[in-house]
Parts: sequence; C-alpha cells; structure tokens
Amino acid sequence: MKSKTAKPRAATKPRPPAKLWQLRLYVMDQTAKSQMAFANLKKICELHLKGRYRITVIDLLKQPQLAKGDQILATPTVVRKLPSPMRTVIGTLSDTERVLVGLDLRPAA
Amino acid sequence: MKTNGRKSAPMAVQLPKCPTGIQGLDEITGGGLPRGRPTLVCGGAGCGKTLLAAEFLVRGVTQFDEPGVLMAFEETEKELTANVASLGFDLAGLVRRKKIVVDYVHIERSEVQESGEYDLEGLFVRLGHAIDSIGAKRVVLDTLEVLFASLPNEAILRSELRRLFRWLKEKGVTAVITAERGRESLTRHGLEEYVSDCVILLDHRVNDQIATRHLRVVKYRGALHGTNEFPFLIGDEGISVLPITSLSLNHQVSTERIPTGVARLDAMLGGKGFFRGSSILLTGTPGTGKTIVSANFAQAAAKRGERVLFFSFEESPDQITRNMHSIGLRLEPLVKRGLLRFHSARPSLYGLEMHLATMFKEISTFKPHVVIIDPITSLMDCGTDSENKGMITRLIDYLKAGQITSLFTSLTQGGHALQQSEAAMSSLMDSWLLLQDFEGNGERNRVLYVLKARGMAHSNQIREFLISDRGIDLVDAYIGPSGVLTGSARAAQGALEKAALLAAQQEAAQLKREVERKRAAIERQINGLRADYEIEAEELRRIAEQVGTSTRMLTTERTASGILRQADTKAVVRPHSPSRNGKVNS
Repeated sequence: MKSKTAKPRAATKPRPPAKLWQLRLYVMDQTAKSQMAFANLKKICELHLKGRYRITVIDLLKQPQLAKGDQILATPTVVRKLPSPMRTVIGTLSDTERVLVGLDLRPAA
Repeated sequence: MKTNGRKSAPMAVQLPKCPTGIQGLDEITGGGLPRGRPTLVCGGAGCGKTLLAAEFLVRGVTQFDEPGVLMAFEETEKELTANVASLGFDLAGLVRRKKIVVDYVHIERSEVQESGEYDLEGLFVRLGHAIDSIGAKRVVLDTLEVLFASLPNEAILRSELRRLFRWLKEKGVTAVITAERGRESLTRHGLEEYVSDCVILLDHRVNDQIATRHLRVVKYRGALHGTNEFPFLIGDEGISVLPITSLSLNHQVSTERIPTGVARLDAMLGGKGFFRGSSILLTGTPGTGKTIVSANFAQAAAKRGERVLFFSFEESPDQITRNMHSIGLRLEPLVKRGLLRFHSARPSLYGLEMHLATMFKEISTFKPHVVIIDPITSLMDCGTDSENKGMITRLIDYLKAGQITSLFTSLTQGGHALQQSEAAMSSLMDSWLLLQDFEGNGERNRVLYVLKARGMAHSNQIREFLISDRGIDLVDAYIGPSGVLTGSARAAQGALEKAALLAAQQEAAQLKREVERKRAAIERQINGLRADYEIEAEELRRIAEQVGTSTRMLTTERTASGILRQADTKAVVRPHSPSRNGKVNS
C-alpha cells in the first residue's frame, strides 16, 4: 500500500500545478488508529483541497528506514512535503481545527 | 570510603555486567553496567553526560566488539562527531564501518501540531531499525527528555516511555539514557521512575574557583557498588573515574637502593640511599634548597641512565636549568639525551583531577624511573584537604605500582606546627627529609635531618647543608655544650677548638722539655759525683803505692843502718805510722 494515491480530480479551476499538495501519512501497520488518521486526512483534503492533493501512505512496519528522513517519532504523522515549508501534524487527526492550523490550510478563499 | 564494588562478597548469582571500558567506572560498579538493562545517567548541564554515553558506545565497539546505536535528541551527528573527536574517538569512522549508527532525532514543537491520539511507534521503529541494521548490543538515548519539550501531551509521552524501556529490555540491549538533573528529583521529568536498574549521577562543582567533576552510582539494583562520589575527569583520552579506594596496598617492592647524588646523604641513609620505588618527602621552608636537592637527585639518576620526569609547578624548565648552573649542575645535556624531561604547569591552570590526569599521562608515556614533583604543596592549593590526600594517595599508589621512585618537595612556612600539619601526607611517604634554616650570628644556615626512612638504619643526626658552586655537601654541624652551631659559628668554634688544642700541645711539649732538662741535669750531677769519686779513688791508690814504696825504702834504710849499727833485725822490721811518715816525706 505504498502509494495509495487519491486521484487528482478534474482540474476545473485554472490553478498552476505547483499548488499541488503533497502529503505523506506515516502509519504503523493497519491499525484502527492508522485507518482513522487516513480517513480524517482524506475528509479534510476533500473539503479544502479538492483535486489539488496527493496523499502517500507509508507503513513504517514495512519501510522502517523511511522514518528517519522526515524525523518521524509519533504515529500516525502527516507531513506536508509541498508546498514548503514542511509541516507536521501528529495524531489521528480527529481534531480538524488543529489539522487545519497544523497544515496551514486556510479555507479556500 | 571503604566500600568498593570489587570487594563484593561472591554472590550466588552475579548480575551479568556490561563493561563500559571507561577507566575506573567498571571498578566502581563492579564490572560495568547491568547487561541488557537501561541505565540512567543524570546530571546538570556540562557535566559530561553525553561524553560518558558516547564513550560507552565507542569503547563498546573498540574494546568489546559490541556495536551500538546513538540516538541523539540534542546534537546532530556532525556536532557529536566533532565533540567526541576531542576525546580521540573516531565516531565518523565507526559509523562508516557500520559499527555505530547515529540517529539524530529532531522535533520542533513549533512545527508540530497535535491532533488526536498517537503513539511513539515511529521512535520505536527507528530505534529498532537502527539496532537491527548493525546488530547493536548497546544503545544510547542522549537526553530523551527533549521529547517533553517537543511533544505537548505528557500523558502519552509517559506511557510511551514506559513502553520504550520495557521494549529496550526485551530487545536485550544495554542502554544508557541521559537526562538533565532536576531541582528536587534526580531528573527534571522524573525519568528515574522508569529506569530503575542503575542510576549514575554526574556533578560538576566549583570549590574555591576550581571545578571538579564527580560521579556517583546512586543506585544499582542487584549489585554492590561504590556509593561514594568519585572525582572524574574528561581528558583527551576520554573519561577517567579515579576511585580513591583503588589503593590496595599490595604493590611489589624492591630492595634495590639508589644513591641520592650526595655522598654524605647516602651515608645518612644507611650508606646506600633510597629504596627504588619508594616515595620521598622533602620538606623545607623557603630557600632551604629543596629544588637543588631534587635537581641533584634527578641528575644523579639521569647520569646512571635512568629516565627522570620532573614536574615543576613553580619554575619553568629553562629557569631550573639556569639556576642549577650556579651550583655546577648541568641539566641540559641530560635533557638533550632524553633522560630528563621537565613538565611545567601553573597549579591554577586547571583542577587537581586534571593535573593528576596530566601527570598520569606524562608518566605513562615517558615511563620514568624517577619522578620529581616540585613542589607538591602548590599543587595542593588547588583542592581541599581531603581531595589533596586522595590525590596524593592515588599518585603514590600509581607510582609505586610502577616501581617509580618519587620525590615530593613540600614548602612549609616555618615553625614546628607545620611539621605536624604535614603528618597526614608524611604517613604516605617512605622517607622524609627535612631542610631547615638555622638563624643566629646574623646569618641563616641550612641544615638537614632525616626524619624518617622506612626500612633502613638512618642517621638521626643533624647535618649542615652547604651549597656552593661545586654542588651540595653535608658537613657535621658542631654539637657542643652551647648547642648546635652552624655556619661561621661552627667555623669559629672549630678555630677556637683548634687554638685550645694547640695550646695544650704546646704546654705538653714545654713540660716534656722541662723534664728532659731535669733529667739531663741529674745526669750531669751524677757524672760530676762519679768524676769526684774517681779522682779520690785514684788519689787513694797513688797514696797507697807511695806508702808501700816508702815503707820498703825505710825498711831497707833501717836494715842498712841496723847493719851498720849491728842492731837486732827483728826490732827494726816493725814500722811506725808509715802513711804519715810517708806523706811528710813525699
């Protein structure tokens, strides 16, 4: 399940591709927490970043060596790789407000 | 001060230990840290936690072939490598050879937002991956507490830490966890709650402007350990803990004697000098010639081909060599031949422990036969009494273990009270020479005593100690009814005695002449008397002859006249007073 990628939806709005959000979700195994985090992240992205995001899920159980690169300590962790700067939110992402603050995701104007 | 891990009674089941390889630490802990368990190292800022942990890892690889993982929360790999390089550890090289993995864990609170539940599996995964990748046996978590600042949810963190330590134990790795010291508890965030097998406390204290590091094993579950504070230092070869109690008093001794360089002093020391490997204390007030005696001893040893290490805490090497010229000692050739080495340092340059470490290092590299420390007292200004005693004990212990003869000079301020204050130090010494000033007659004279010399019949007499441009010499001080005389008084007394002797000799000669004269006079008298007697005897003989002649003549005459008168012959033959007649007639 390395790249469970949500397909970018119809690029109706003329937004430059640079605005594409790259998110990485680090999880540990397919636990309830992992699944909850993925569901929450997807929900938020659908709401605020429709068509402009890509989520890469990384299972540290299978790829432990990847934890070092993004300084992962906690799981689950969402890392916003793009746009820079990098931002990190840890937890099951159940607190949507905090996720929005953490990812610097203001509601689309 | 009596507890020592090594003295532990043999236990039925000894906990498996993991030797650290850190000098002295394994002695205190009786073999090392508990194997397969976490150990907490706590202490304030700058007391050497990270270095201790890093050394544990590096020595694990280099000495015990146990790879290790260093998880650093505070410093990057680069910084760590640079830091431990100052201790001579090639961290980068070990990382390249896949003996050590350094994982820098960095988490910035401002960049992290918390939302919902989480755990620290990420940390576990990283650690587990690092351990498995090189088969690590040792793990260091350098200041895990940084997490408390990075992660806001303390409840999660605590439960995860508890899990972490359990996990580490399950992994069977020997872990060292460093933590900042707290105000009232051992660590700021109460990590000692989780790590309860072994806790080591480091401390960096300043006493009298001199900082000394101390190490104490607060707790060691299931093992006896030294409970005292042990001074330790960070030298350029890593940490060395100096257990004072390592003095076991079982060093080998030598019966070889080595001359002091002053013949008369050798004579005072049973005729042969000091024992090899003994410790000698030379005390004296300022200007009594302590350095000169030391230099003399050094020169004598170096001339025999022995290596001499001269620690000077007052004078620079050049100054000593120059000054020794004035008494005819040439030290530079010996320095050039590599037989004599000076090590000069200001006592206040660093703390006592550091001095000790430097000296140990010098001694171990130069391997001298004789070590001179001039003076030990200025070194002792660096520490408190107990520290000093501990230091000297360790130093002497070290020197004796290597059969190195050591000469310590000690500056006293004069008076007899100080002699007592040094009694503590002197008990460690095998021989004690005392140099003293004698004042009087408008001059100061140096004298020398041998206060003690273990194992040899030494002179109990005072000697006057002379320094001239030909070196030093000892002469008998004058000891007479008027006390001990030295210097010109001794010379004057000598002259006085010489004069008295001369007078007595002259008197005796005079008397002898008188007797001789008398004998001659008597002889003469006897001769005169004999001559008189002989004259008289001669006279007597002559008279007797005369009388005989005249008697004969008279008889003849009377006979003739009797014949003429035809007298009766018989009547005529009887002579009348022949001598008187004869005399008259002659």
